[in-house]
Amino acid sequence: MTVGSLGPHDDRPPPWRAPAPGRERIVVSISRDIERYAGLFASRTKVMTSSAMRDLMAITARPEVISLAGGLPDTSTFPPETFAAVAQRIAAESCAKALQYGPTEGLPETKECIAAVMEAEGMRADPEDVVVTTGGQQVIDLVAKTLIDPGDVVIAEGPTYPGAVPTFSAYQAEVVQIDMDADGMKVDLLEEELARLDREGRRPKFIYTVPSFQNPAGVTLSAPRRKRLVEVAHERELLVLEDNPYGLLRYEGEPLPPLYALDGGVYVMYLGTFSKILSPGIRLGWVVAPPPVLEKINLGKQAADLCTSTLSQLMVQAYFEQGRWRDYVDSLTEIYRARRDTMLDALADHFPRQAEWTRPGGGLFIWATLPDFIDTTDLLARALRDNVAFVPGEAAYLDGRGRSSMRLNFSGCGEEGIREGIRRIGEVVTEQVKLYGTLTGEERRREPVAGRQEEGGAEVVRMPSRAERARRATP
Amino acid sequence: MSRVAVLKGGRSLERQVSLRSGARVQDALERLGHEVAAVDAGIDLIERLREADPGVAFVAMHGRDGEDGTIQELLEILGIPYTGSGVLACIRAMDKVLAKHLMLEDGIPTPAFFAFNETAFRELGAADALHAIEERLDFPIVVKPAGQGSALGIKFARTAADVPGALVAAFSYDDKVLLERHVAGRDLAVSILDGEPLPIVEAVPQSDDFYDFESRYEIGRTSFVCPAELADPVAERAHDLALRTYRLLGCYGFARVDLMLDSEGELYVLEANPIPGLTETSLLPQAAEAAGIGFDDLVGRILELAFERAPA
Repeated sequence: MTVGSLGPHDDRPPPWRAPAPGRERIVVSISRDIERYAGLFASRTKVMTSSAMRDLMAITARPEVISLAGGLPDTSTFPPETFAAVAQRIAAESCAKALQYGPTEGLPETKECIAAVMEAEGMRADPEDVVVTTGGQQVIDLVAKTLIDPGDVVIAEGPTYPGAVPTFSAYQAEVVQIDMDADGMKVDLLEEELARLDREGRRPKFIYTVPSFQNPAGVTLSAPRRKRLVEVAHERELLVLEDNPYGLLRYEGEPLPPLYALDGGVYVMYLGTFSKILSPGIRLGWVVAPPPVLEKINLGKQAADLCTSTLSQLMVQAYFEQGRWRDYVDSLTEIYRARRDTMLDALADHFPRQAEWTRPGGGLFIWATLPDFIDTTDLLARALRDNVAFVPGEAAYLDGRGRSSMRLNFSGCGEEGIREGIRRIGEVVTEQVKLYGTLTGEERRREPVAGRQEEGGAEVVRMPSRAERARRATP
Repeated sequence: MSRVAVLKGGRSLERQVSLRSGARVQDALERLGHEVAAVDAGIDLIERLREADPGVAFVAMHGRDGEDGTIQELLEILGIPYTGSGVLACIRAMDKVLAKHLMLEDGIPTPAFFAFNETAFRELGAADALHAIEERLDFPIVVKPAGQGSALGIKFARTAADVPGALVAAFSYDDKVLLERHVAGRDLAVSILDGEPLPIVEAVPQSDDFYDFESRYEIGRTSFVCPAELADPVAERAHDLALRTYRLLGCYGFARVDLMLDSEGELYVLEANPIPGLTETSLLPQAAEAAGIGFDDLVGRILELAFERAPA
């Protein structure tokens, strides 16, 4: 054993790397290097900057950290014998095919599996209208690539899926974020915003929404709002990108119709994925879109990666043929429901009464909002000292809002970890609330108020407004 | 040629920067013909160093542990020569409050400040003194964690209402914070190598947001001018103040001293960094480059200095 590792794993590079014989000293000019590369960067990379928050997030991966920051499904629940059987079957029956390129739009047999998943949520899609993609993330990228010119407006929820933020930024979209409450995006606000844009002579390229168990807010667009949103799309001839990774992970209540089912595939483009119902590692998603849009998406995909992994597609096919995919989703639902309940209980036990959080009926996330004097990016630095992590709310906004909120994931961590993680976060939040009270003098003035404890679980997504932000203590 | 252990990463909030600094240093050391081992400082640090038995350690860690004297103390115990400042200088420089008190005592201009532990607020009612502090410092006030090396946790309070939130944020990073008078002006960095000041780097933020600290050290959001365009007497004074600060704190090998130049032409020393960044965008390598010292030469010189220091 010798020194030389990037981490605790054993796949280290050889410890003592001697230089090749005869290699001379090379004087490297750093600043000239920077200038040389910087001169080559496309102008759109100007918005692709690193940030302190991303540096902080990198620390959350340390093994001793209880991370409620990820969005990971628990793949340890997948039966290894099923994996073996699937792999065995591909090796025996379609080895050469699995190792080969496939059509850009995807294999017909994979599209049958997609049809089955969509049918489980009451949708019917023509296989001709489907393109199989490398994860759902690729759909966001391809739709943006197809539709966005620099400066174009895209409408999204506020907060929106943090993973979509760098995509929209890279295509230089101007993202307008519409506030939400417990019933999802406030469609009346959306209409006001569309009217305002109209007056400016601007027309959004599309509306991006996660209607069910939204990432990060955990809330679900109500049935009346779904109906109204689709009507608005028809009235204004606006495209909608419905991102639905969590629809089948419902822990209570009756399913609501997807926007795609309400619209019939006229203005709604549908994004689906196997990531949360089977595996994110196989990188398999899909898009359903009107043929002219799909044609462009297909060309974009061809340029990006020619085709989605054939091996992954055949694995899904072999797995679906076993006929037990719904049972697995049901088993996940059981596990995640218990974890959600654990997190909600822990929040009620450990977060101070000034905090609010959503109560998701499904999906993977809870969105908690703290008093506005707490900046959750700074709080994350404090929380990391206690080895616990979450996603700061500002990651879900493009305009600097969300600074007092956090996204908490309950799928990637066992119940014990969830309880302990929330306890630790609750402790630092409580400490900061108390400190603030001391600093403002409120702590000494305030009489103890009885009977206010039950406020905590209110079904509100309190998204800090721009005005609030302007009033806030610090930039 | 030597066996060099490059210490990087660690648990500090500047872990990412440190990993980049370490990687560049490793490459340079290999080009210089040394045997190099990278060590991500973790729970098994001592075990790894004992097994490796390096002739010298290159400390490429920033922030907590790497820059505050902790790693240096461990290397002293193990008897391994190491690059850069020793334990005492690291303790003095990393604690901005201590460093500023030393500067005041020595007559080095530094912005007026007050510093407190969290317990002062919790147990001694220091909040009651905030008003007096605000009157003495004038707004905007800069609120900083005492021991954080990067811009993380640094907040501007424009009015009295902003102060409590800024303090809560700063206390997220350290148990001790300082409230400092804000000096508006030009942002200068004087890097020092082996007791000699290098050409001055000026950081010019692209953003109009005067208070946007985060943008300062990102490619494309801040441009760096080196050598900074300064009148000779100003540049000389900046060099002199930086060097005095370096000596006062007892720095060794290399360091970077950050200063502000206000509109009246007055210079103020903000802080000294015993292990400034060594990445592509870092200021010390840029300054060395401007002085005709390539990155490999810089790394080679820093390593030689580790041997020149009398072993502990």
